[in-house]
Amino acid sequence: MTELPLIGEAIAVAANPKLAGAKIGVVTFPGTLDDRDAVRAVRLAGATPVALWHADTTLGDVDAVVIPGGFSYGDYLRAGAISRFAPLMAKIIDAANSDARLPVLGICNGFQILTESHLLPGSMIKNDHLKFMCRDQVLRVENNTTAWTGDYAAGQEITVPLKNQDGQYIADEKTLDALEAEGRVVFRYVGFNPNGSRRDIAGIANAAGNVVGLMPHPEHAVEVGFGPESLDGVGGSDTDGLGFFTSVLNKIVGDNK
Amino acid sequence: MTETSAGSITETKKFNIDTVENAAKTPDVELPWAELGLKQNEFDEVVKVLGRRPTGAELAMYSVMWSEHCSYKSSKNHLRQFGDKVTEEMKKDMLVGIGENAGVTNLGDGWAVTFKIESHNSPSFVEPYQGAATGIGGIVRDIISMGARPVAVMDPLRFGAIDHPDTARVMHGAVAGIGGYGNSLGLPNIGGEMVFDSVYQGNPLVNALAVGVMRHEDIRLANASGKGNKVVLFGARTGGDGIGGASVLASESFDDTKPSKRPAVQVGDPFAEKVLIECCLELFKGSLVEGIQDLGAAGISCATSELASNGDGGMQVELTSVLLRDPTLTPGEILMSESQERMMAVVTPENIAAFEAVMDKWAVEYSWLGEVTDTGRLIITWEGEVIVDVDPRTVAHDGPVYDRPYARPEWQDAVQADSFTGSVQDAGRPSAPAELAAAITELVASPNMCDKSWITNQYDRYVGGNTAMAFPDDAGVVRVDEETGLGVALATDANGRYTYLDPYHGAQLALAEAYRNVATSGAVPMAVSDCLNFGSPEDPDVMWQLAEAIRGLSDACMVLGIPVTGGNVSLYNQTGTTPIHPSPVVAVLGKFDDVARRTPSGWKEDGQAIYLLGTTAAELDGSEWSNLRGHLGGLPPKVDLDSERALGEILINASRDGMVDSAHDLSEGGLAAALVESALRYGVGARIALQDVLDRDGVDLFTALFSETQGRAIVSVPRSEEIRFTDMCTARSFAHVRIGVVDAEGGTLEINGVEPMNLDALREAHEATLPKYFG
Repeated sequence: MTELPLIGEAIAVAANPKLAGAKIGVVTFPGTLDDRDAVRAVRLAGATPVALWHADTTLGDVDAVVIPGGFSYGDYLRAGAISRFAPLMAKIIDAANSDARLPVLGICNGFQILTESHLLPGSMIKNDHLKFMCRDQVLRVENNTTAWTGDYAAGQEITVPLKNQDGQYIADEKTLDALEAEGRVVFRYVGFNPNGSRRDIAGIANAAGNVVGLMPHPEHAVEVGFGPESLDGVGGSDTDGLGFFTSVLNKIVGDNK
Repeated sequence: MTETSAGSITETKKFNIDTVENAAKTPDVELPWAELGLKQNEFDEVVKVLGRRPTGAELAMYSVMWSEHCSYKSSKNHLRQFGDKVTEEMKKDMLVGIGENAGVTNLGDGWAVTFKIESHNSPSFVEPYQGAATGIGGIVRDIISMGARPVAVMDPLRFGAIDHPDTARVMHGAVAGIGGYGNSLGLPNIGGEMVFDSVYQGNPLVNALAVGVMRHEDIRLANASGKGNKVVLFGARTGGDGIGGASVLASESFDDTKPSKRPAVQVGDPFAEKVLIECCLELFKGSLVEGIQDLGAAGISCATSELASNGDGGMQVELTSVLLRDPTLTPGEILMSESQERMMAVVTPENIAAFEAVMDKWAVEYSWLGEVTDTGRLIITWEGEVIVDVDPRTVAHDGPVYDRPYARPEWQDAVQADSFTGSVQDAGRPSAPAELAAAITELVASPNMCDKSWITNQYDRYVGGNTAMAFPDDAGVVRVDEETGLGVALATDANGRYTYLDPYHGAQLALAEAYRNVATSGAVPMAVSDCLNFGSPEDPDVMWQLAEAIRGLSDACMVLGIPVTGGNVSLYNQTGTTPIHPSPVVAVLGKFDDVARRTPSGWKEDGQAIYLLGTTAAELDGSEWSNLRGHLGGLPPKVDLDSERALGEILINASRDGMVDSAHDLSEGGLAAALVESALRYGVGARIALQDVLDRDGVDLFTALFSETQGRAIVSVPRSEEIRFTDMCTARSFAHVRIGVVDAEGGTLEINGVEPMNLDALREAHEATLPKYFG
């Protein structure tokens, strides 16, 4: 009988032994909310999820890391500003910048933590309409060469939930121009800009493409019956977000060949 | 040392501590019992119970615990019916009944579910953001206290007239507060209600429901057992907020003659609560607590007296050990403070180290206050001097109980005789095709029937990854077991207008609708929680409404076979002598063996047959249509609980056996509202012809569309299932008639005799209302 898993507890092991050998860490900070969801997404993609705790001082042998959404430390300072100083973040920053280029995905609050950590440029401020917004959002995959987007076609449109209060992406014009020129705008809002983000930017990558951050939540579009199509009937599918996790798995398994 | 250094505040504070010894020596000291909300007879009773005058600290405790909000003194005699009118059959799945923090129902496979609905009305009027936010916080802590992981919240809201300037203040604040707190806890908000009516102008209703799940072995109760076990307070520090919230704010009517009660509203910290949830679950997992109680209304007074009286009966507590945000608080204020995000637990000496390790991991502050004794007394000391020495039962359970006088109001007959049909407001009833189309558009754009996504888009419905259905479908559905798909459905309903016209049947109609909503989603109804929002019990008219509503609700629960497992009573919801409409909000919980079988409310597949289940009578009194025309009178729709049960069984079977692809219940706004909502859900129209309904039921087209006759639903049935479905209805002798087909191509809702309605135009009308008023 399964127990009700405590937050971050990885409960099941994937069926495909080759994929299951891939370990993807999911970090929990105080106030993290979507960590169990990220664990589920990793599991459904076929990998083995590993629960990581913000105060840990080692990453262990994980092959990639997801920093999930939530309100770490309540977002009472600037979102992500405190979490960025967690002992584990120092390890993640080092691993992301190392020659091994550890794949790191920051979702929502995770994206905010990555910008605060200077793994990604720019910052997020309050939505232009000043309200929390939960909606199903169409995104265009602008770059399918990152560690987290290889399974999508360039220009593919996907629908995943978006839910945040501080989702307006900003950076100075020079940075924005550089991101565009280097192809580092990975996702753009299509049809509707839900928060006033500059140039409709929903997600970006670092120069090497191993670190990706975005405000929408791909881990909430990974399971039939629980995604945007089932909840809101918006068309598309329930599982458009699964590609993030299969992409990184294919990369890991490919790299380890 | 176990008390953290910050807990030592006594050196900065010098009080004239009113000890028990002092109280015995100075019987004639004047005490501020009236300011604290006690009546003369109640104060006299305290003196009699103690055999002396109370100390200041004891007076604080009795005043909050004997308040209407905490003691249910006006409603207790009536609420007994929820426990009395219960059959053995109704008890079979009830693991914990009324009286604990929340009832617990068996879901099977070793799973249990706990849910409860509560009010946070008065604070939400005074300070909408914090009032609504802490309403979520409080109900979530009730759920944690049972040993459960909270998995979802819902919020039924009732505000004043949509165009009144103060409504925007309450609306913006309350919705932002519910979102700000609930979203930060990682709990999906899966549904609720939004009603606008000027009767709620000075008394908005902000009710909050939370649901949690646990394994059977994890059920925890609030009791302090085992002499020598330690009592610990953990979570946020105790501050000056919410002092007297229960006794003064929630148990009095508002009027303009008293100063602002803002200091009585608590201030929430959702981050602290989120950490508290995880920390408590880790404590439960390690079996590190013997008993646990959340701190809500009446704070430490409530937690200590309830834990002690439910356990071995004794507890000794040193009050200076309480960690404070404000070092100037007096002992009485510390006992009464309703600071949020606090829990009290009883821990065996062997588990102290493990308990502290969990606290340290989550960086939660805690302080050891004392221990469980077998003396039968609750002793509270201040630097060792006894300031409280009471039998905890007298504080927690033996408060005053009133048999308040009640009588059917003199005006009730006149109201019931004033039917909408034939009234001045009924003049010019729509009948031509264009008039009917305009009437339907007006209805679905009206404040109560319009699209509510302005509200629900401010709530996270996805977090947790287990939401299988959410607003605006008939019920919210959450998966409990990821392997089997076992899950629960929840719906809340109330109709203040129906209940005003006839409290007995109005309360039953609320239950019937919530029951129908749950069954429409495909779940089997199992349990009920209610939040009874009424005016002043000191008004015999209001007391009659309350008595009738409780009698009606408990009778109906017997017929439907589902027990009330908990709830809350909110009285004094009135401005001056004008009470709100009696508003019993009823929540029904249902069970799915597999949430994959849930039935959504919208049409999708072209060509599916649409059936109307149930018959239609001319029942427009109290309806949304009559409300739009400014009329309230007559008798509410007839209640037929046997028919509701039969309809429920059909909808549940149809879901289980895959016979229907969509189902939507008919309630406020009748068939007209249901057809438009089913069309707009996924933007798929239909072609409808109601001639068979008109012929069979002897009603005209307007009545067929706008009547609010109960026990009805519409379903869409795949062609391949039509014979099986109609055979089932025939075998159960349940009225059913094919009224049309789903039309995915036309982009219109066509009803014979009504001018065709373009879905885009309908959507625009439906969605424009809330943004128009609230931005």
